[in-house]
Amino acid sequence: MSMLTVENAHTYYGNIHALKGINITIEKGEIVTLIGGNGAGKTTTLRTISGLLKPREGDITYEDESLLKYKAHEIVYKGISMVPEGRGVFARLTVTENLEMGAYSLSNKQDMGNNMERVFNLFPRLKERRSQLAGTLSGGEQQMLATGRALMADPRLLLMDEPSMGLAPVLVELIFETIEQINKTGVTILLVEQNALMALSIAHRGYVLQTGEIVISDTAQNLKDNPTVQKAYLGME
Amino acid sequence: MKKENFLWNSIKTGMLGGSIALFICLIGMTEVFSKRDVIEKVITLGQFVLLATSVMTGLIASRQTSQLVGENRSLHRLTAGLVAGLMTGVVLALFVLAGDKVNIRAVFLNATPGLYNILTFEKGVSGVWVLPVISAVSGLIGAAFLLLPQAAQKPLTQATLFLFFMALFSGLFRVVLINQGTNWEKIAKYLYGQTGVTSEGALIFFFAVVIISVLWSWRGQSVKTSVAHLPKGGKLTLRLLAFAAIGYVALGLPQVSGPFIAQVIVTVALFILMGLGLNITLGFAGLLDLGFVAFYAIGAYTVGLLTSYGPFGLQHISFWAAVPIAVLVAMAAGFVLGLPVLGVRGDYLAIATLGFGEIVRLLAGSDFLAKYFGGPQGVIGIQKPCLGVLEPFVKIDVPRVCNGIELGKPQDIYYVAVAAALLIAFVAWRLRESRLGRAWMAIREDEDVAEALGVNLIQTKLLAYMLGAAMAGLGGAIFATLIGSIFASSMQLIVSINVVSLIIVGGMGSIPGVIVGAIALIGLPELLREVSEFRYLLYGMTLIIMMLSKPEGLWPSQAAKRELHHVEASTEAEL
Repeated sequence: MSMLTVENAHTYYGNIHALKGINITIEKGEIVTLIGGNGAGKTTTLRTISGLLKPREGDITYEDESLLKYKAHEIVYKGISMVPEGRGVFARLTVTENLEMGAYSLSNKQDMGNNMERVFNLFPRLKERRSQLAGTLSGGEQQMLATGRALMADPRLLLMDEPSMGLAPVLVELIFETIEQINKTGVTILLVEQNALMALSIAHRGYVLQTGEIVISDTAQNLKDNPTVQKAYLGME
Repeated sequence: MKKENFLWNSIKTGMLGGSIALFICLIGMTEVFSKRDVIEKVITLGQFVLLATSVMTGLIASRQTSQLVGENRSLHRLTAGLVAGLMTGVVLALFVLAGDKVNIRAVFLNATPGLYNILTFEKGVSGVWVLPVISAVSGLIGAAFLLLPQAAQKPLTQATLFLFFMALFSGLFRVVLINQGTNWEKIAKYLYGQTGVTSEGALIFFFAVVIISVLWSWRGQSVKTSVAHLPKGGKLTLRLLAFAAIGYVALGLPQVSGPFIAQVIVTVALFILMGLGLNITLGFAGLLDLGFVAFYAIGAYTVGLLTSYGPFGLQHISFWAAVPIAVLVAMAAGFVLGLPVLGVRGDYLAIATLGFGEIVRLLAGSDFLAKYFGGPQGVIGIQKPCLGVLEPFVKIDVPRVCNGIELGKPQDIYYVAVAAALLIAFVAWRLRESRLGRAWMAIREDEDVAEALGVNLIQTKLLAYMLGAAMAGLGGAIFATLIGSIFASSMQLIVSINVVSLIIVGGMGSIPGVIVGAIALIGLPELLREVSEFRYLLYGMTLIIMMLSKPEGLWPSQAAKRELHHVEASTEAEL
């Protein structure tokens, strides 16, 4: 059984039909990427999985259990964390306070300390800046903080929304290396990206989303070789 | 730049200053303020405000001139100040002349003969030239002030402000000194007149501050460093001493200030208490609640109905037993009112809660519910708290005789309010550092992200709302016993607005900020009865000035301070 299955999900914003019956499966231990242009429904898919939006039709199964019966704030307790689009750090809280908020779902203080240590090992930069306000961090540091905050909850599945957005190429590379590193510690990752080339270079499989529908689904290598994908998303002729 | 340029500029500045002075006159401020002295027999508050306008106009004109013609053209700058001050006076003089010919009182209610008398120094139309002359001299003084070296400007400004402060609050200081004994009374009468300081007092205050200021700029730095180099124990002692001094003044003041000022101080304490409550809802969780007065009313009416001997008293239980009930009722009301609206965000929440405040007031004052709440007649005969043998739930029909100490006077209730405020400050401080406090701040920053991290939005917001409501209820409860009677008409929207403003002025999310804000916005206008007529004008001005010059508040929380002064930190953070 797959770790996460999205089956025929239809999500609406008011009357706008944003997701038109998409199907996604994620196996344990994978990095799966969702690529597509603006407005294709990538973020909507993530918000639907994390419970911030509820599908009108279809089902989402996670570890043999439907997620639809849970509210957004309960889903993190199931082991699913999100790194939101635009990072969404709490600007007026310090780095440490942000990370502590990430561990909000943990009941054990000890675990929080251990996780914080792990995050600081992963991002030594955050340790240096731990008493600084998150709003004063640079874009790259905020991305690290948002990622670290999501890891504080000990997730088994990590949903990442455009981690490369607005970052310098050097930093994008650094972030993607870290994503691979996180994956190697056993965290399954669903990665939404506009930077398709980078995403496909670290992912195992990928889905191409177009106006709310999955149009192609294949292994990452095959997608990179797919002429349609090359033309539309990789900037190759 | 050409010379005409700066003159024309000074005339424009002067006319602007004149318009401001005219505005001050036409809203009636000058006349009301003229009943107060700054320095007895020398200058009234009304004259002071007008002259201050001229001085400021001269100062601004001189500063602009220095930009137009250069720093070192002293004569030009003095001329600019003189011209600007003259123009300010001329505008007022023209107004007096016009008022003499035409009756403009039909439109401007405050253009009274009394005002003309003040502006012409009691000389009638023939004295109309005096004001422009004095005003021109004031403008010249303003311009000359700018030419002084910086080392002289600072002590003079400080001394003038201190003198003004001493004169404004002369009533308070006078009463406090007189109550200290006969020797002090002599000193008080030497320094303070009936409504301002005496000439002797003015000289003493002015030069004392000048001397202290000069000494401080000479030796102050070394005092600061020696304090900074004190061992840890020494610093702690110093801090404890400061706290003890503040505590002594805070607790002792109502005893020596007489009943009127005591009442003002209790009001301040009540607003501090409510500010601390709203600080949880607004400062921590970011929920703008404009219906705060609803819970204040609910707390007041609960205590009223449970303890009153009047016709609407349901029970006659003791105040101490009624307070926890009032808090719980307010909290329950917070739950009931909060549940439907907390899904609403930001501005919409403010409007929804604003509605609640009005609904509660209208219901309490309505004929429909008059048989329970007394309608417009209110609930009267509310019991005073009694320290002594407690019979919390006994129902007696005649007024209870307190066989202990009755806390009947405002001074006594003050201590009840202070105790409650301390309790709330402690609770707020503990909550802020708690998991719940973090969750509130996360919601304030980003609701969606907070939810994705596992924060139950409805539950967490509801808790913030209910705790705020509980503290407003406590404030209302103490208010009820303080006044002894409650009326729906005292539960106005302005109470909510006051509480919101004092939090903003003090510093959002900061606990000491609430105290400073309450003293500044509630205490000062109450003490200055002349000013209280223009309270909302000054309120608006203060808020605008605050938002422009010190948006983090008078005493900001650490986070706000860091946020607004992060420039140094972030420059090196670029990566």
